[in-house]
Amino acid sequence: MRYFELFSIPVNYDVDLQEIGVRYLELQRAAHPDRHSGGSEREKLLAVQKTAEINDALQTLKHPLKRAEYMLAELGVEIRGEQQTLQDPMFLMQQMELREELEDIRACGSASGDVDSAIARFERHIKELDGEYSNELQGLLASSDENDWQKAADNVRKLKFVYKLKDELERIEDELFDE
Amino acid sequence: MAYSDKVIDHVENPRNVGSLDKNDPSVATGMVGAPACGDVMKLQIKVSEQGVIEDAKFKTYGCGSAIASSSLVTEWVKGKTLDEAAEIKNTDISAELELPPVKIHCSILAEDAIQAAIKDYKSKHDK
Repeated sequence: MRYFELFSIPVNYDVDLQEIGVRYLELQRAAHPDRHSGGSEREKLLAVQKTAEINDALQTLKHPLKRAEYMLAELGVEIRGEQQTLQDPMFLMQQMELREELEDIRACGSASGDVDSAIARFERHIKELDGEYSNELQGLLASSDENDWQKAADNVRKLKFVYKLKDELERIEDELFDE
Repeated sequence: MAYSDKVIDHVENPRNVGSLDKNDPSVATGMVGAPACGDVMKLQIKVSEQGVIEDAKFKTYGCGSAIASSSLVTEWVKGKTLDEAAEIKNTDISAELELPPVKIHCSILAEDAIQAAIKDYKSKHDK
């Protein structure tokens, strides 16, 4: 788990974002290419590479989904960019309904005074779903049982749909209110 | 990214959008999702007693390629037997729609949706 080591934080799904922020600044300061401006070409190149790695690590560690996918990949469960489809009828049925709800929010839009409460209700729903699949991840990813990793992978796949709903909601809010 | 004319045609005039009565015993439903992009697809077929697909409807929440893929397969499966429909491969769909490599998963989604609908029909009737 190179990224965790790079940031000197424990290998855990649950992270302290503030700590990550502090470590990031320390690492960037130490690696900044300007500090190596007097060095050889090779040293300069290494400094640039190091900076890029620190940035990649930050983006991965601070984002809950990317962090989970990274940890799974390090455990040998590669789900990034996989082409496999998800076939869980109950889950997908619920996704369909939520997408329909989103459509309704967009359709009634600013015409209805109720749109704020509809959005608030939708956000609560997404948050519940997010919790349902996220809360177990810490335990599953800390386990040494491969079955638990597969379970974690399944949760992460479902979380991707939940995050997609979040993105869609944001897009609709922008459409409705940014005029 | 530029969509092919065929994709644009399906997106602008999607065929067979909607739902069939899920309580009708001759109707089967396939639900699939692509974790890579969060797209969800529902494909329903209505099957005659002779095992021929009489009608097909879809509802897809996703990008243009996913909508076009599902729209296309609803056209293709109509009039086919279940066995013939099961032969449809994602490569046929992506070739017809000229999908770029990054959108191949949309055609996989459509292929899996037909498979799931056929499986649902068989599980309802092979008792």
